[in-house]
Amino acid sequence: MNARVQPARPAIGAVRRAFAPWNDPQAKPLIRFENVTKRFGPTVAVDDLSLDIFEREFFCLLGPSGCGKSTLMRLLAGFEQPTAGRVILGGADLAGVPPYRRPVNMMFQSYALFPHMSVAKNVAYGLKQESLPRGEIERRVQEMLQLVQLEALANRRPDQLSGGQRQRVALARSLAKQPKVLLLDEPLAALDKKLREETQFELMDIQQRLGTTFLVVTHDQEEAMTMADRIAVMDRGRLAQVATPGDLYEQPQTRFVAEFVGDINLLEGRVAGGEGGFWQITSPLAPAPLTVHDPDEALETGQAVAVAVRPEKMTISRDKPAAGGNAIEGEVWDIGYLGDWTVYRVKLGDGAILRVSRANASRFVEQPIDWEERVHLGFAPDAAIILTR
Amino acid sequence: MKRRLSWVNATSLTLGFAFLYLPILLLVVYSFNASQLVTVWGGFSTRWYGALFRNEALLEAAWVTIRIAFLTALVATVLGTLAAIALVRNGRFAGRTLFTGLVYAPMVMPEVITGLALLLLFVSIGMDRGFWTVTLAHVTFTMCFVTVVVQSRLVAFDRSLEEAALDLGATPLSAFLTVTLPLIAPAVAAGFLLAFTLSLDDLVIASFTSGPGATTLPMRIYSQVRLGVTPEINAASTLLIGFVTAGVVAAALLTKRAA
Ligand SMILES: Nc1ncnc2c1ncn2[C@@H]1O[C@H](COP(=O)(O)OP(=O)(O)OP(=O)(O)O)[C@@H](O)[C@H]1O
Ligand SMILES: [Mg+2]
Repeated sequence: MNARVQPARPAIGAVRRAFAPWNDPQAKPLIRFENVTKRFGPTVAVDDLSLDIFEREFFCLLGPSGCGKSTLMRLLAGFEQPTAGRVILGGADLAGVPPYRRPVNMMFQSYALFPHMSVAKNVAYGLKQESLPRGEIERRVQEMLQLVQLEALANRRPDQLSGGQRQRVALARSLAKQPKVLLLDEPLAALDKKLREETQFELMDIQQRLGTTFLVVTHDQEEAMTMADRIAVMDRGRLAQVATPGDLYEQPQTRFVAEFVGDINLLEGRVAGGEGGFWQITSPLAPAPLTVHDPDEALETGQAVAVAVRPEKMTISRDKPAAGGNAIEGEVWDIGYLGDWTVYRVKLGDGAILRVSRANASRFVEQPIDWEERVHLGFAPDAAIILTR
Repeated sequence: MKRRLSWVNATSLTLGFAFLYLPILLLVVYSFNASQLVTVWGGFSTRWYGALFRNEALLEAAWVTIRIAFLTALVATVLGTLAAIALVRNGRFAGRTLFTGLVYAPMVMPEVITGLALLLLFVSIGMDRGFWTVTLAHVTFTMCFVTVVVQSRLVAFDRSLEEAALDLGATPLSAFLTVTLPLIAPAVAAGFLLAFTLSLDDLVIASFTSGPGATTLPMRIYSQVRLGVTPEINAASTLLIGFVTAGVVAAALLTKRAA
């Protein structure tokens, strides 16, 4: 979808830059959703959605509550059947294949550990269904428990474990059968913030080591950005954008994506003209037309657009910037000190509020900007992008 | 928080329980009476219990009753559990409300009517009355109790456990046997005990559907009492009360543990 040609810009993000099968027209997807629609009575949970996911990919589904993330995952696991369209795995249509015959395993949000079985029995459950020899089962269970560092707790019952330990048992159990695809529905939602961050890196590490394709549902955008090779942002059953974390953040294609992923300032305005990729946008928020460098867009004069700038890409100062740059004047309304960042909320003449954040690179500032001061905001033509949708 | 009972409450509670249990207590006490006369206390003795175990007719009735109760409980548990699963799992299938009503109806139906209806059925299909007809009749009226007990457990059951089992490669049957059944087992066992005790102490329906050679213990006791109460009957009744109480208490404990 939306295979927009990337400009010759330096790549953003440090995650597995060499791994990009989605840019290779020869690559065959492992999972393919083909115009899939799923209705529950009048509710359309998934709406004519098409998506390719590649082998070894760490893929995140991101979106607000109720947008159809779990449904999409359950369609792949076989707990729901599509109303229309096809779900294809490794080239084979999955229609009519029951959950217990799909080479896909799922880690449930509630973990769904069997309360009447020990940790080891839980992990062994899937292997027993394949009627493997006992020695083999024991070996694999050991291996899995080692992977999630739970060997010492093999004989405990789930109700004797902490939340984090349960999460690992669920992970070990779903990995034990070495599925082609592992589905994780909000795997970290029940953990506290610190444990969640640690576990994110553990998940990435495990995924790299095993080479399994991970499809992870989350509604936490930081989590998605940390872990994923690619992220699909969903909105009311449709895909709003599918991109790498870097592209999603720096090149959002719609207002919805821009606002859902990170903080952003949207300056509504109209195209006044442009040449060579530099556009002039008049906005009631700015005294002079704003200049934005966005060579991918083909705009018409008079078209309604939004200039989108991330808070950290804006400058804030007491002094008027040199003539010719993008400049907006306002008054400091609120200051949030976060330690690593300071966030300024600046009120413009007509009441609109823009957010500017500044890294606290040094421990002391000579004359810090204070509440109710008049300030000038600016941004480079390259720091902003233009949104038409 | 535990509150002490006010004396009004304590009195009414005492009176209420006395009203309910004094007759039974009296029966139990007199079963240990040494005297032949039921209403005259002649000292403590267990002679009537001894006599009981030499009374062929009573022993035979007890044996028939236990066999019927066991078979009834077995069949009613299987059918009742299946009905509970159908009611809870299949969502809103057509006729679900009707089906639910039909399952519960025997609980509130007067026993005389159930007995009579079953008698008519057995007569009209030409089935000889005896052991099997009583068992069938008992299955019909105890099954709904099993359904109620198992159903309440299934409603609280986390569906994703079953989905996890399916996801890990278990067929629906194997998922049911290895995950669902062990987790609802206390409720199923409670249902079994309930069906067992209900069958054990039923008089009305058994009287309607029984035939020669299949006299149950409650029927035997009832017919002997009409000839005059003997301390032996008191002893038999005391034992029956003991069994039924044990069954009901065990069922209650199991249900509580399951919840
Ligand atoms: N079994 C069902 N019956 C009826 N409606 C359903 C069913 N499952 C999901 N829906 C509806 O489909 C829509 C999408 O649900 P889904 O569970 O996929 O959302 P989600 O993106 O996973 O949300 P969340 O982040 O809250 O988990 C919702 O409107 C939901 O109410
Ligand atoms: Mg969900």
